[in-house]
Amino acid sequence: MPARSRLVQGNQAIAEGAFYAGARFYAGYPIGPSSEIGEICSRRLPQLGGVYMQMEDEIASLAAVIGASLAGRKAFTATSGPGFSLMQENLGVAIVGEVPCVVVDVQRVGPSTGLANRPGQSDFMQVRWGRHGDQTIVALSPASVRECFTLTAAAFNLAEKFRTPVVLLADEIVGHMRENFTLPAPGELAVIGRAQPSAPPDQYLPFDFAADQPPPLAAYGGKYVFHVTSSMHDEAGASCHDPANAARRISQLHRKLEANRGQIVMTNAEGVEDCEILVVAAGAVARAARAAVRQARQSGIAAGALQLVTIWPFPGEEIAAAARRAKMIVVAEMNFSGQLAGEVRRAVGGALEVRGVNSYNGEIITPRQIMQAMR
Amino acid sequence: MAQITGQRYLRTEALPHQWCPGCGNGIVLGAMLRAFEQLNLTNREVVVVTGLGCWGKADNYIRTNALHATHGRALAFATGVKAGNLDLHVVALMGDGDGATIGGNHLIHSARRNIGVTAIVVNNFTYGMTGGQQSALTPAAAITSTTAYGNPEPPFDLCALVEAAGANYVARETVCHPGLLQNRIREALSRHGFSLVEAVSPCTALYGPANKMNNPAAMLAWLKEKWIPARKYREIPNAAGQGYFPTGKLVDKDAPDFSARYAEVQLRAQRRLAQT
Repeated sequence: MPARSRLVQGNQAIAEGAFYAGARFYAGYPIGPSSEIGEICSRRLPQLGGVYMQMEDEIASLAAVIGASLAGRKAFTATSGPGFSLMQENLGVAIVGEVPCVVVDVQRVGPSTGLANRPGQSDFMQVRWGRHGDQTIVALSPASVRECFTLTAAAFNLAEKFRTPVVLLADEIVGHMRENFTLPAPGELAVIGRAQPSAPPDQYLPFDFAADQPPPLAAYGGKYVFHVTSSMHDEAGASCHDPANAARRISQLHRKLEANRGQIVMTNAEGVEDCEILVVAAGAVARAARAAVRQARQSGIAAGALQLVTIWPFPGEEIAAAARRAKMIVVAEMNFSGQLAGEVRRAVGGALEVRGVNSYNGEIITPRQIMQAMR
Repeated sequence: MAQITGQRYLRTEALPHQWCPGCGNGIVLGAMLRAFEQLNLTNREVVVVTGLGCWGKADNYIRTNALHATHGRALAFATGVKAGNLDLHVVALMGDGDGATIGGNHLIHSARRNIGVTAIVVNNFTYGMTGGQQSALTPAAAITSTTAYGNPEPPFDLCALVEAAGANYVARETVCHPGLLQNRIREALSRHGFSLVEAVSPCTALYGPANKMNNPAAMLAWLKEKWIPARKYREIPNAAGQGYFPTGKLVDKDAPDFSARYAEVQLRAQRRLAQT
């Protein structure tokens, strides 16, 4: 693709960001509003020497992605809420097996089939808590075509660095919008490759429950013979039901993300230094939040906007810091329950009024609606 | 030539295994490991992908690369492993619950895709580890812990299903004939495209006792009576209706597999790119 500015769709930027990061395997099942990502992969990956596979369902899609990642490929899939629900069990395999991969969820309105392909943001909690078992995950949410590209690349970097699945939590608006965008040149953005183990083959341990960062992951077919299992396992990857081992294993899965949250948590702040009203939003709604804050400033209201670029781990500390002078926080999001607002309340501890602006009918939240909530 | 034991693929430190006395899983495992040795496969080039169930525990005893995945999904994981590195020998080990019931969709699509994975389905007619419930390979009228009055559903003929779906190689043997089983697994591993070996095996703890076969010998006698070479099977009128199943090599063809077809796709895609 030529290195000049052109109109690029969000979903296209996600696919191109993945290729830029070195993704050479995609397995997926078509579902709006994410389908363009798979379609582009089917055209581009064979050109790049990679593989696109259209699987029989989303369960198989993520399974194949995990398998390909263990064979040494950077691998990803894309779906929407209903497909993400089907991926949940196998997402747990990637978490407990510490298999790097990226899952794109272009959110639409539920429950169930819902308002198919109208924009929603109701998967924040599904991503964090939708699986059985106690584990944690990384999720990033783009608000622009540029961020679709850069955060997809960042998602692959985080996945490799921390050997974890990373969810790119987009929404229909961002996925389908077109913006002027210049594709970054090779080398312009950091790309983290798969680190290779250096231990002698008979001493390689694919897991380390004491370290904050997991050891490098070998690839099937290389010089290491290794075992990955969805069952509780020891550091060699062998099935192990010892309670002390299980406790160490589970706590390490949480600790590796918490200990490194400084490398994972990203926010975009605008006018928060002196703000009396802090507007918190993610994805497409962050654009409305910034517009509302600019308008509010023009009418003399000291408002600030904080875009949650990272959703999980939740940027609670960053929100509390941005709200240190604020009298009120407005959380704008496209769901009924106030999924983000609940987390914001936990972060600021009841000291501040947290007011929700919610849309759950497939319509975007406008700057005017956010402005009204500031009054 | 030294005796073929398959021992170099066995994690002896994990023994004794957890399977019940009289279970056929150990016979299938031994046949598979000896087949690996006959083909002189290195431990590094083999990836064993297992589902969950009695046979799904087999990876605990195997010293090759392994991925113990989710119930029913072994073939979907195996598909990604194979597509990620075509040089690997990828073997999916599943039971009849895993491979033929919850994983039935992945089985037919793997066969249709003709992806270079060998599926070894141990059919013991029931969910063993879960307590002897009905599976899609439980015979009609059989008693299980969820069909106390007899199974109202007929079973799949798994080999016929996978043949119809497009696999290059399909075979069925019982654990009564470990040598034949080893030969079938070796053949399956040597073929391009998707291959299935259905290994029919006794569940001596649950299925047998629930169905008037109170000891392993009674179950083996049943397998020997009803699972007969395909040639004999064809001579019996209405064999399927009488509960017979054909054994032996049932399909052996060389249709282009997924890898070959996808290599053509890559070539066309790259040619198109060069033209733009």
